[in-house]
Amino acid sequence: MSVKIINPGILALLQDAGRFGKHQIGLTNGGPMDPLAFHWANRLCENEPGATAIEVSVGGLKLQVNVDTRVAVTGGEMPLKINGAEAERWQTHILKSGDTLELGYTTNGCRAYIAVAGGFQVDPSFGSTATVVRESLGGFDGAPLKAGDEIACNPDTSESLWQVPEDERPEYSNEITLRVIPGYQEHTFDRVQQRLFFHNTFEVSERCDRMGYRLTGPQVVSSIEGILSEGICLGAIQVPADGQPIVLMNDRQTIGGYPKIGSVLSLDLAKLAQLMPGGKVNFSAITIDCAHNALNLAHSRFGAAQLEAVEEN
Amino acid sequence: MKIHVAGENALIIYFGEETSPTISARVQQTAQRLPGLLGDGLIDLVPSYASLLVLFNPLLTDHLAVRQAIHSAAGDDNDAVVGEGRLVELPVYYSEESGPDLAALADRAQMSVQEVIDLHQGDEYRVYAIGFAPGFAYLGQVNERIAAPRLSTPRQKVPKGAVAIADQQTAVYPAVSPGGWNLIGLCPTPMFDPQAEPTMPVTVGDRVRFKSIEREEFLALGGELPEGGIE
Repeated sequence: MSVKIINPGILALLQDAGRFGKHQIGLTNGGPMDPLAFHWANRLCENEPGATAIEVSVGGLKLQVNVDTRVAVTGGEMPLKINGAEAERWQTHILKSGDTLELGYTTNGCRAYIAVAGGFQVDPSFGSTATVVRESLGGFDGAPLKAGDEIACNPDTSESLWQVPEDERPEYSNEITLRVIPGYQEHTFDRVQQRLFFHNTFEVSERCDRMGYRLTGPQVVSSIEGILSEGICLGAIQVPADGQPIVLMNDRQTIGGYPKIGSVLSLDLAKLAQLMPGGKVNFSAITIDCAHNALNLAHSRFGAAQLEAVEEN
Repeated sequence: MKIHVAGENALIIYFGEETSPTISARVQQTAQRLPGLLGDGLIDLVPSYASLLVLFNPLLTDHLAVRQAIHSAAGDDNDAVVGEGRLVELPVYYSEESGPDLAALADRAQMSVQEVIDLHQGDEYRVYAIGFAPGFAYLGQVNERIAAPRLSTPRQKVPKGAVAIADQQTAVYPAVSPGGWNLIGLCPTPMFDPQAEPTMPVTVGDRVRFKSIEREEFLALGGELPEGGIE
């Protein structure tokens, strides 16, 4: 009983919530670039939080289920077809063995998530199934999904169908503001440089991937070129000598030596992960206390939000 | 000791600004004590040359509590003892064939290739940090006379096992990857094996010594020369 990949599209990766506690042997986190959309997909299938799902970047994926199950698709706006007919995203669907599911290319947003009831059954490596291609770890031999891959999953005969309430569905915008907790080497960026950074719009360059988003815009210069290599946290904004910031994402290297002006709030990284090259990015500074408030609020809001039952026609 | 905010779930502790066994010992000691103090609130630690990144769960604790734990863990400035660490010997096949930057490095240092090799294997190094890639151990300090800046154009493909120098750091590439360090030889010992326990032959705080071996021994130990040479 499995799900068979017919066409992986641009990039499809198996991801669970991420690989944690392994930085001391140099392993990064991996995990979903848009955790909110990922967690909704799992909730729609009544899965444990962090069950393994497929992250589809840009689109073009087609699969066939060889099991009776329920599936849900969330995230970036990639047109969903089930057995060739248009179907709703952000809700659960029943699939019978032999059915196909297809995601077209995105019209807005960049990452979508496909969850199946019970989660995809993949052996974890270092405690996680998250695929990190650069490390050849997780998923299927650390590689992106390819045509012919068969991912094991268990049958599911429940007929409960759910949808995410309209109010809870994120809207993906092509211009976003990222909240930044100033930190690390912020003092090496003088007042003028800080203003340049926080009062200008940057653009997502072609060089954006699961490791980092390289932005282009006015040159922001640190008074130092480099530092003794040190640990890098999720969302850290490093500014190399060319003055063009790089926001470090899930697959970032764990240590590095470029000066950093601070780190992006994780809730906003999910929005950045939904941008394609050309997307516009602004930054605004917040304190770490505000960041903690925002995280706690988001956590309780997600916990309190109720799925709506879908009435069958 | 200075503590800076790094991110919503991260504080970074700076124990100094240079590379030294004493500072490294403080990093190690604090890293060993924090898990007991933070419990489930701790997500991960990233020790490096003179700093320690502390990642915590902001839904279970906050930066103020973590700061307090850091102060208790770090203790007095003087109580960290430089541990002996284990001594790990890594064999290296030094040659033009396995180390394409060896000749240029010797020219730059105005010495013979053999002198470069002797200086590199003559010193004992300490593992200061692990990162960049799984199993990539940063070793220091390389003798100043053979320290060399990174290549102006990084290689697309550095072979697995490449022994390399950048500034006063040296390392063995655990897997094929892009890289800008100067390559001086190849080491047959796997630096990262997900199937093995432990997965790495070294850990932060260990001491490393390189030992020159011949081509035959390198191959006998399971070393592989990249087909078509190293670009």
